[in-house]
Amino acid sequence: MNCIIIDDEETARVIIQQLCSQVEELSVIEEFPNAIQAIKFLNKEKVDLIFLDIHMPDFTGFDFIQTLKNPPKIILTTSDKNFALEAFEYECIVDYLVKPITLPRFLKAIQKAESTPDINPASTTQDQSENETAGISSGENDLYINIDRRLIKIDMSTILVIEAKGDYILIKTEKQNYTVHSTLKKIEEKLPNDLFLKVHRSYIINIKKIIDIEDNSVLIEKDVIPVSRSNRSELMKRLNLL
Amino acid sequence: MTETPNLIYIKELAAGSDTFEQKLINIVKREFPEEQKEFLANYNSKSFTKAAENVHKLKHKIGMFGFETGYQVAIDFEEELKENNPSLFTEFMLILDAIENFLKII
Repeated sequence: MNCIIIDDEETARVIIQQLCSQVEELSVIEEFPNAIQAIKFLNKEKVDLIFLDIHMPDFTGFDFIQTLKNPPKIILTTSDKNFALEAFEYECIVDYLVKPITLPRFLKAIQKAESTPDINPASTTQDQSENETAGISSGENDLYINIDRRLIKIDMSTILVIEAKGDYILIKTEKQNYTVHSTLKKIEEKLPNDLFLKVHRSYIINIKKIIDIEDNSVLIEKDVIPVSRSNRSELMKRLNLL
Repeated sequence: MTETPNLIYIKELAAGSDTFEQKLINIVKREFPEEQKEFLANYNSKSFTKAAENVHKLKHKIGMFGFETGYQVAIDFEEELKENNPSLFTEFMLILDAIENFLKII
């Protein structure tokens, strides 16, 4: 089994490496001090198993799991017993190790991982890279955007407008605005079709947030968004017109 | 405090490898003072939530050096700090001091 280690504490990473070296079938291919770096790696590489620390600054182990579309098997490593119940809500989590980890307990976790059927046997690096485009990844209702090496979760239903700004996009939500290095095309693939519509080459709108429509524009909160002639008919089709 | 730090866990983990044992000790010698310093800075500025996170991180090393009662003290202290209660500070500091002194002689 190929595995990676994610833990912000170097001591913990070295200990898990040492424990892995006691198991012939295990091969540690990479280790990461934070989840963001690991996500970038997983966009390109396939792994069978992840040793994942829960308690990391900025981005917890659980946040990390939620960004993965097809997570591999995961063994949680933590100094906290309180997360055990939450941990087993995730199908991909095969065991939960409390630090400091002993060899017998570690071996038991590996046995569990080996005997657990693959959750995502078809998952490949390609699946991941297709679904985790630069700067953006999505869950069912949430969208994660990468800003300054942090993944920030946005509830998609709160998005008002997305505007193209050169190599960036400006995402306006009910609470705040975010500038992300990405394209309208990439984010459009992540958004639910029933909620969002591209109304102009530079704008995607949340059609539930329209206040009114006038000629070739729509009003969303205080913003007047242009609607191109070619997209107007699709917009009209999507509205519940009296 | 009757407990004293020991190398039992690290030696078991090393399984006879002096190289690994020394490597791990060197990392702990580097990481522990940084974590201790960060904890004290947060504690002294009364940022108890952040200090609780530091205690959480330090718990691992406390466990590694064989503290059992001390580990439980760290668990309790972390929870208390989350409630803005620093009453276990002195007891917790005895553990950190013991580790600090131990790291000087190994």
